[in-house]
Amino acid sequence: MSPRILLSTTGRIVHQLRHDRRTLALMLAVPVLLLTVLYFMFQGDTPPPGIPSTFDRIGLIMLGIFPFVIMFLITSIAMLRERTTGTLERLLTTPLGKLDLLFGYGIAFGLMAAIQAAVAAAAAYWLFDLTTAGSTGLVIMIAIANAVLGVALGLFCSAFARTEFQAVQFMPVVVFPQILLCGLFVARDAMAGWLQAISDVLPMTYAVEALQEVGAHRDPTGAMWRDVAVVAGCVLVALVLAAATLRRRSG
Amino acid sequence: METAIEVRDLVVVRGKREVLHGISALIPRGSVTGLLGPSGSGKTTLMRAIVGVQIVKSGTVTVLGDPAGTARLRRRVGYLTQAPSVYADLTVRENARYFASLYGLGAVEADRAVVDVGLGDAARQLVGTLSEGQRSRASLACALVSNPDVLILDEPTVGQDPVLRDELWARFNALAAQGSTLLVSSHVMDEAGRCGQLLLIREGRLIAEDTPDGIRAAAGVQDLDEAFLRLIRAQDRTATTADGGR
Ligand SMILES: Nc1ncnc2c1ncn2[C@@H]1O[C@H](COP(=O)(O)OP(=O)(O)OP(=O)(O)O)[C@@H](O)[C@H]1O
Ligand SMILES: [Mg+2]
Repeated sequence: MSPRILLSTTGRIVHQLRHDRRTLALMLAVPVLLLTVLYFMFQGDTPPPGIPSTFDRIGLIMLGIFPFVIMFLITSIAMLRERTTGTLERLLTTPLGKLDLLFGYGIAFGLMAAIQAAVAAAAAYWLFDLTTAGSTGLVIMIAIANAVLGVALGLFCSAFARTEFQAVQFMPVVVFPQILLCGLFVARDAMAGWLQAISDVLPMTYAVEALQEVGAHRDPTGAMWRDVAVVAGCVLVALVLAAATLRRRSG
Repeated sequence: METAIEVRDLVVVRGKREVLHGISALIPRGSVTGLLGPSGSGKTTLMRAIVGVQIVKSGTVTVLGDPAGTARLRRRVGYLTQAPSVYADLTVRENARYFASLYGLGAVEADRAVVDVGLGDAARQLVGTLSEGQRSRASLACALVSNPDVLILDEPTVGQDPVLRDELWARFNALAAQGSTLLVSSHVMDEAGRCGQLLLIREGRLIAEDTPDGIRAAAGVQDLDEAFLRLIRAQDRTATTADGGR
């Protein structure tokens, strides 16, 4: 790995996104629009004092889910394009290291996710009065960690897709189960044992739990840091696996 | 003359078929070597093996003294793929600057490479909006930018007009004069005359390895097009005789 190459690769990916204004606009606007829908969906629902409102509960989790889903999709397609247009093969004949490329994607899309999370959080807190016991900064940090998790899984999964049609199919395979089982629809301790066991090995479960910790406690808790560490660990594992799928030689 | 690339008994299987059947060739340093042959004869496959991106079944490929694909060679070998491989959503200049940066080179070298392939005026244009021929030159600029010791160019002049082709070939020869080693594949025989050495490959076998003049002499005609046809027919005849004797 070389810091210079990593930096220029990150810059290259950011440049590509900058030329695609519509993608940037969608990236920033869609989460806010969805939060708006969510806000009006639960507007009539006023829980007794002391219990967090439904919007506070779900809106908070959504702040972590959007970046994960969007970055997963964008990364899978971006990496697939590198493969199909031959740029990946070409890059691997240059001094660029595999990790320069993978971390380049992680950092570039992580930066995009930071902007996206900040905009979505600003809308949630200021427009829709989202209330969390803990700080907004922590919410954004977890959202970014989750986005980078999406990037890492996207880099890995794209190795198994030959076409765009295949690549988008990984979204239901990789993303949906994590959303269903992360504790958003049914609290984790109310699930059947085997579902809980599956939920235990899905990384998003930990990101959501971390967000719930921030929602319920004024100061960062040990459980929250442990959850964040688990997500970070999963990112590393996914990146190492993704590096293993990058082959300099092919048939 | 010093050897830059040595291919020995190279056998390559792609898919389920053997596509190179034991090729051996020497490519001298500081020269332009033309790689010619019909479509599907294995030109791209041979070039991929020399760059080190092709899985080979047996045989060896040595480039500048190291086995092909060695990490050290990645700074010294430039590769132009047959299909342009540049980022469509970046400008020509951004592409060149990115590939330059991988070799620790800056904007000056990148911009020069863009001008060298005749894209100075299109430098700020997105590659996705370029014409076919311009796009392949954008890809070429990214291969030339690092000024590598060995340049493997897979059909670099396809789709270019005669004036540009002439300029590009003049550039290739200038690079060779400065000590670079170039292997250039082509379908166009009139380009073969501009090479110092020619490799003629057919159905995965090398059927001639000589200077253009040597090939003309061997075939007994001046026109290289005609010379190749004769060599191919002569080879077909030997093959039929051999089969008949079996
Ligand atoms: N990925 C692949 N899988 C299976 N067979 C392949 C693959 N790529 C190429 N081939 C086969 O290998 C043979 C040599 O192909 P190659 O691309 O080297 O030819 P070429 O001389 O470069 O042709 P052209 O002039 O058309 O570019 C062809 O018969 C081709 O069908
Ligand atoms: Mg070819």
